[in-house]
Amino acid sequence: MDILKLITAGSVDDGKSTLIGRLLYDSKSILIDQLEAIEKQSKNKEQGEIDLALLTDGLRAEREQGITIDVAYKYFSTPKRKFIIADAPGHIQYTRNMVTGASNSDLVIILIDARHGVIEQTRRHSIIASLLQLPHIVVAINKMDLVEFKEDVYNNIVIEYSKVAAQLGLKDVTYIPISALNGDNIVDKSDKMPWYQGESLLSFLEQVEVEKDINYTDARFPVQYVIRPQTEELHDYRGYAGKLISGVFAKGDKIIVQPSGLTSKIKSIEIGGEEIDEAYAPQSVVLQLEDDIDVSRGDVIVPVDNLPHVEQEVDVLVCWMANKPFAAGNRYFLQINSRVVKTVVKEIDYRLDVNSLEKDYSIKSAALNDVVKAKIKTASPIVFDEYDKLRVNGGAILIDETSLVTVGACMIQTLNP
Amino acid sequence: MSKYHFDYLDNLESEAIHIFREVAGQFERPALLFSGGKDSITLVHLALKAFRPGKFPFPLVHIDTGHNFPEALAFRDHLAEKIGEKLIVRNVEDTIKAKGLTEQKGKFASRNALQTFTLLDTIEEFKFDACIGGARRDEEKARAKERIFSVRDEFGQWDPKLQRPELWNTYNGKIHKGENVRVFPISNWTELDVWNYIRRNNIELPSIYYAHEREVLEYENQLVATSEFIRVDPGDSIVRKTVRYRTVGDMTCTAAVESNASTIEDIISEIIATKTSERGETRIDDRVSEAAMEDRKKNGYF
Repeated sequence: MDILKLITAGSVDDGKSTLIGRLLYDSKSILIDQLEAIEKQSKNKEQGEIDLALLTDGLRAEREQGITIDVAYKYFSTPKRKFIIADAPGHIQYTRNMVTGASNSDLVIILIDARHGVIEQTRRHSIIASLLQLPHIVVAINKMDLVEFKEDVYNNIVIEYSKVAAQLGLKDVTYIPISALNGDNIVDKSDKMPWYQGESLLSFLEQVEVEKDINYTDARFPVQYVIRPQTEELHDYRGYAGKLISGVFAKGDKIIVQPSGLTSKIKSIEIGGEEIDEAYAPQSVVLQLEDDIDVSRGDVIVPVDNLPHVEQEVDVLVCWMANKPFAAGNRYFLQINSRVVKTVVKEIDYRLDVNSLEKDYSIKSAALNDVVKAKIKTASPIVFDEYDKLRVNGGAILIDETSLVTVGACMIQTLNP
Repeated sequence: MSKYHFDYLDNLESEAIHIFREVAGQFERPALLFSGGKDSITLVHLALKAFRPGKFPFPLVHIDTGHNFPEALAFRDHLAEKIGEKLIVRNVEDTIKAKGLTEQKGKFASRNALQTFTLLDTIEEFKFDACIGGARRDEEKARAKERIFSVRDEFGQWDPKLQRPELWNTYNGKIHKGENVRVFPISNWTELDVWNYIRRNNIELPSIYYAHEREVLEYENQLVATSEFIRVDPGDSIVRKTVRYRTVGDMTCTAAVESNASTIEDIISEIIATKTSERGETRIDDRVSEAAMEDRKKNGYF
């Protein structure tokens, strides 16, 4: 059994909350007291049946206003898999919330209302999914019950969406016609759509292969913390604690510490004080090196024959998440894995319209929910791979120097575009 | 399937260890809030994996309401001694006396709200900048919305509308003086995940998690252990039953479940078959209102 992390993209009108409620309900992840609570609320709202959408409503503040504030996480399991759903709301703050939820997901479910087909919002969700490099995309064509379960409605939407997918270069796209409200093609195959040859949504989610998304080639080990017991028997012990975010390391491997460039060999690999011969992503381990060299938090240990980039000037795509504008000359902290450096914005290249992919080169600054391409310079070198190549070592956050709040998400681009 | 096998528990474990080390790397004076319950025991186990052969870069801190199960307290001291880590205990009773706080009245009067006062005083006393806790997002809907690094102001308050976006596995722990961060390494675990992890790692637990015979008061379908903290009224039904605890909180507001599960396998089978949620079945304090947890969190509770 493994984990699938997914995000659902769509608004309440597309039946997003109903879909999540349906998955939880039909996989029997809703327990009696929780069901009683929503039954009580359903009655309060004077609706006849249980309103599955209520299962995903979180806070009282939200229920009172009938809105969703933020990304909420939901959990359910089947015997095959544990699922973690990031449920991001679909209004003004959507770009920010979807980027946040998508950054930690393997798969996105893009909901399309069968009556409306591909709309601006569908395009926006797909563009964000492609920017964040989500490996798997499910297009769930919902409310099939409202179009009499007609095959041609489904086919037309597939043709329409294929154009979007081709334009964005989306690779793994799967189309499933559903009715979240009635449960058609959610857990079991629906007998109302015999023309549909594929799997139900849940069985697809259970089977989609995510293990192959893990990179076992490029070993990257950001050091988080140095373990120094300084006891009598472990007097000289220096263990570098961190997570192998990608690749494989074995005892004896020749390594180089970036950005310092110092080299050594792996003397031992440990988990919880016990030695192992080999570590692989995404294990959290402790490395000891043969040589007594200077290694500290924020450094990245990599193999001598497989190097990341070490640079101070990079191009980034920034999703801006704050009310204060993002502009050339502004200074921030940039955090990539465990490394934090000061950074300054050199110039903004263009703004990417997340509805049309058009580039606007005339802009001087970015506002909340804008996606812009920018050049930034860091006070000391950062160790990274291009986001396109290695997601886990190509994403960084920007932190406001005075409010200390996370204000932007950066996807580091190729160096010579 | 590749030769690198990594299942869901391995994944959750690695994620939690990573979070622990981020706390160690980013904060000056962290603390691990430890109650002797299964979730905080799991945290201790994860911290051992994160920091051995070194010492923990933080003490264990227990905010003792004075209404705890004696078994949980004994276990707390036993575990701290066994692993050789520092344990700090601060008592709600002392805060009540020193500050003249008014206690809740009524049959199952809880010190939940008062616990926050002692917690905030303890944070102030030791200048803790990060407090690690065992809360999980599946427990309660207010928790489902909370970040792994949850920034609190100097009054300990949580503002759900002003949370920092949390991207990739990058945790922003930068704070201003006076603020602190609550950190939840097992946010993504469910109750069943915790039990499966305990089973896989043979983690020792206080005896009250397993079936035992106990005198309980039956009240609105809940079984509350009789103790000096529970007021027995005329007409109350007191019976002896074989029970176990699904959660361990205060004796005044934690109910037992009838069960014969005496091994971890039995417990896991029961949890898989159960039709009621953990907090719904055992926490009298959550029954106050729909938003009981949301309100407590906004006031500085975990």
